[in-house]
Amino acid sequence: MRYTLLLNNPEPEDVNISEEDMEPARAAFDAYAKSLADAGALVNVDILQPVAASTTVTLRNGSLQIQDGPFADTKEKLNGVFVIDVPDLDAALAWAEKCPATQYGVVEVRPTALFFADGQWRSSQ
Amino acid sequence: MAEQPVAAREAAEQVVRNSYGRLLALLAARSGDIAAAEDALADALERAVTIWPATGAPANPEGWIFTVARNRLRDHYRSAAAQTSVVLHDVNGFDETWDDISIDSIPDERLALLFACAHPAIDPAMRTPLMLQTVLGLDANLIADAYVIPRPAMAQRLVRTKRRIRDTRIPFHVPDRSEMPARLTAVLEAVYGAYAIDWRGISGTTLRDSLASEAVYLAELIADLLPNEPEALGLAALLRLSSSRASARVEPSGEPIPLDEQDLSLWDAVAIERGETYLRSAYALRQIGRFQLEAAIESAHCARAKTGRTDHRALLALYDALLHVAPSLGAQVARAATIAELNGPEAGVAALDGISSAGVERFQPAWATRAHLLAQAGNTVDAVHAYEKAISLTTDAWTRTWLRERATRVIAAGTP
Repeated sequence: MRYTLLLNNPEPEDVNISEEDMEPARAAFDAYAKSLADAGALVNVDILQPVAASTTVTLRNGSLQIQDGPFADTKEKLNGVFVIDVPDLDAALAWAEKCPATQYGVVEVRPTALFFADGQWRSSQ
Repeated sequence: MAEQPVAAREAAEQVVRNSYGRLLALLAARSGDIAAAEDALADALERAVTIWPATGAPANPEGWIFTVARNRLRDHYRSAAAQTSVVLHDVNGFDETWDDISIDSIPDERLALLFACAHPAIDPAMRTPLMLQTVLGLDANLIADAYVIPRPAMAQRLVRTKRRIRDTRIPFHVPDRSEMPARLTAVLEAVYGAYAIDWRGISGTTLRDSLASEAVYLAELIADLLPNEPEALGLAALLRLSSSRASARVEPSGEPIPLDEQDLSLWDAVAIERGETYLRSAYALRQIGRFQLEAAIESAHCARAKTGRTDHRALLALYDALLHVAPSLGAQVARAATIAELNGPEAGVAALDGISSAGVERFQPAWATRAHLLAQAGNTVDAVHAYEKAISLTTDAWTRTWLRERATRVIAAGTP
């Protein structure tokens, strides 16, 4: 069963965290990702750039609108996603609990419904 | 001449190591302003490093540093009072001369500082970091790294907590008898927290033990300052006994070694004896509590180094008593494993089935224990299922490898 861990936290720049300060967090994330991979549970990780680099696109009002900035302007931002494949929610929570981002942000654990691989849609179950 | 600055620096460092907490507690106790006291003490230490190379370190370095820091603090409050309408703190009491007084004859206010750090109005998560910084003088960056919290975040939380102590006037005093039990529990739990920092379970991290020795030091300090509090003695015994097996617990490669496979010659006999001494002093006060019971459980395991066997009957009685005063999932699972040692694996599984506490279905030790017991009982199918569940809940690579090996062995033995 696939789960996506959504990492929500303030951006380093907003809370005065320097490059040097990021080093221990990077080491922790490195160990975390390697642990997940070692367990055969890691599907994919993307750590996102700050929302300053974000652009939104919509046609919902009839015409194309392209805007700078994120979709939701919140204090805590979506900062990265870990997609993991584990037997059940208990296991997903066991891994989420160890995610370094829990120390300064909130990790949302959300089950995947469908994903697309090898040319076809697949159920996560 | 090159040695002199080094000697002066070493003398100043010596003061930090031995007396930082005592000096800081003394400086902060009257005003309740930990941050101002830290600044004054840092200034004094910096001056020592600047001046001592030329003058030589004074005969009484602590007295020198305390006097300079106290004067700094007094200046700070005078200028604060002049600039604003801040109430002038009790500065007058600081007028004695300490230069010729040794650190051992000045009052030890560290207990008062510890009780302020673990005051009910302080966020429980910040009590341990605050103690480590103020009483032991640990660097905030080191504390942040041990908790794997970004350094500025930890620094900011520490600053906020100290401001709260100052602004809300959290008192620096040792509680009286009526308050003591609850307040002491908070202090002891914070110290225990430093010993048991464990968000880890992620391979590749080695910070696990970095604060353990600091916690043992704090526990013994409290036990020595409160020799009539059985739980304070109990915690000192617990941490001494538990840490006595530290070097037997892991292979040089980092692989953990289960208790029953450890090399007994690596257990530290001196540490065990020291722990036992604390435990005997605690028992003599005849008032049992959680930390004494946990220490007694450690003691029962340590006894194997002398007797060559583990007294499971005594352990079961201790777990029953522990669950009565401080129920926890870990203790319930350990009790079930002890029942299995005494009455066989089926009895252990039945005891596991009897645990109804919330979260047991996603508690890794419960599944790992169940798997071992089912395998012992010859129930291969259920054992393999329990191993799979335990493995799915295991985030530590060594433990997972070990569980997989066991599961493979069970499958191999179970197939004709």
